[in-house]
Amino acid sequence: MLITDLLQETSTALLSNKARSGLTILGIIIGIGSVIGMISIGQGTAGSIEANIQSMGSNLITIMPGFQRSFSQVSAGRGTAQSLTMDDVKAIEEEIANVKAVAPQLSRRYQVVSKGKNTNTQIMGTTPAYLSVRNLKIDEGSFITEQQVTSFAKVAVLGPTTRDDLFGENSNPVGQTIRISGINFKIIGVTQPKGGTAFASEDDMIFIPITTAQKFLAGADYVSTISVEAESPQVITDVQTEITNLLLQRHHIADSSMADFNVLSQQDILKAATSMTNTMTIFLAAIAGISLLVGGIGIMNMMLTTVTERIREIGLRKAIGAKKKDISMQFLAEAVMLTFLGGAAGVVLGWVLSILISRFAGIATSVSLTMILLAFGISAAIGIIFGYYPARRAASLNPIEALRYE
Amino acid sequence: MIECKNITKTYKSGEVEIHALKNLSFKINDGEFVAIIGPSGSGKSTLMYILGCLDTPSSGEYIFAGKNVSKLSDDELAEFRKNKIGFVFQMFNLLPRTTVLRNVMLPLIYAGVSPQKREEKAKNALTVSAFPQEFWHHFSNQLSGGMQQRVAIARALVNDPQLILADEPTGNLDSKTGDIVINTLVDLNRKGHTLVIVTHELYIAKYAKRIIALKDGEIIEDATVEKSKSLKIIKE
Repeated sequence: MLITDLLQETSTALLSNKARSGLTILGIIIGIGSVIGMISIGQGTAGSIEANIQSMGSNLITIMPGFQRSFSQVSAGRGTAQSLTMDDVKAIEEEIANVKAVAPQLSRRYQVVSKGKNTNTQIMGTTPAYLSVRNLKIDEGSFITEQQVTSFAKVAVLGPTTRDDLFGENSNPVGQTIRISGINFKIIGVTQPKGGTAFASEDDMIFIPITTAQKFLAGADYVSTISVEAESPQVITDVQTEITNLLLQRHHIADSSMADFNVLSQQDILKAATSMTNTMTIFLAAIAGISLLVGGIGIMNMMLTTVTERIREIGLRKAIGAKKKDISMQFLAEAVMLTFLGGAAGVVLGWVLSILISRFAGIATSVSLTMILLAFGISAAIGIIFGYYPARRAASLNPIEALRYE
Repeated sequence: MIECKNITKTYKSGEVEIHALKNLSFKINDGEFVAIIGPSGSGKSTLMYILGCLDTPSSGEYIFAGKNVSKLSDDELAEFRKNKIGFVFQMFNLLPRTTVLRNVMLPLIYAGVSPQKREEKAKNALTVSAFPQEFWHHFSNQLSGGMQQRVAIARALVNDPQLILADEPTGNLDSKTGDIVINTLVDLNRKGHTLVIVTHELYIAKYAKRIIALKDGEIIEDATVEKSKSLKIIKE
């Protein structure tokens, strides 16, 4: 039996009951379509989270304080220790190789007042290195300078959202004055919008020299976070280890599990986020997979009905010389053709679905070639798996009984 | 030439053994026209299935064209049927929603004949079975019973088989169209095809040259039509 014969026989058989074939195909279309749609959501989300984390700064290592350990064994919670100091920052800058820039940060929320308006926002005390470490760019005016840091200058750089809140949209507030916690600050610049990250929006922030923040706002000389930019992605792990060792030594801690700080690289955050989105993708695909399974059962149901309806035809084919293989191939081909058509239409449906989702629901989606090939593979496999039993049943029919079947 | 040597066929139906055929032996030479007759339950259908290589005997030998086919597997039997036997069934058994030409070509698909040759052979077969050309491209289910049976005859002879087996070929037809069909078969035999008809209708059996009469799984008569007594005795 030639392939062309098989195709012709198959299409004749499927066209002879268009409604039933169509409905069966619909089951597969919905199954494949939802698998593609769901996976596209998963992949799109993963992609946008990754881009978000990358935008926080390239080759970023973040050092955060750990638990406040005291003799009473009462833990005040992660991040509460005031264990990081400007001396630690200097030590990292001077003693560790492959470090491009180090930006200490001290941030806390304060009430901010401008002429007639006020808001409550994050005040970030930092140094000029922050710009490079965090991939931040200046829109208007300038950022904090080294000199302003040493001279405890009361200057502030606004994030665009804060600027909008305090001075109205797209105004230029450079030169004006705001009051943070009762102290006057002169505005020297506005940063470019960066978009919200998954963690905190740098658009809604006010940057001031770290020394000013320590002296006038916090009244203490600790830092709440140290951001370190490594030279290249290859050295990140090394730099991370070196920083850990250096700080352990400086803080006189022998047991690394008792460290009063955490050193996180961007890759650590990325890894955590990726495992989260992967779980989500698998979860979504599994739900969609159930509908694919139901579609497959529909195929099997239809094929079993077809075999019963065409028992006499099977008997005739056997009588005129069709072997078991010929018969089973014919019915298997019908099942595979159903799923293949369903798969093709399902890919289109899934694609359209993902476009609609990203347009109307605002969720990032992405459809890849691998996904499409996978979908085709799965639908063909479903055809074979769910068509196998009916085809085998048809092939094993006794020709005499089949011919006599009423 | 086909030969049956001591063929028996036994079915088991629960605890009871049914002896459908008991020790049959006969020969059919090339070019013969044989009618196998007998009342229902006489074993004539069972015999036809064995002659048509659709079934194998429980014991005994069935020699077809010098080959013992009694011990072949299902697929080997299929291979054998493909080129050597043509079937005509009572119910016509054509593929519905399929053209006459394609129905006739069906056996050639399994025989691996090239598509170009298939059409040529099918047209030949239709011409031989005197099927009117204007209906060649009609769907089989749009034809009358007599026409359908002639398509089935064309299908049976498209492979140039050594034996054409017809199982009650007129059973579903009125006597007028039945006559046309039986005359087509007689005509084929005249052209040299070996023909075996299984029937319980005596007037059909009269067209044959030789009668094999069965009763309760045994041959009660094997004679030429002229000498046959069964044609007068057997009644439904």
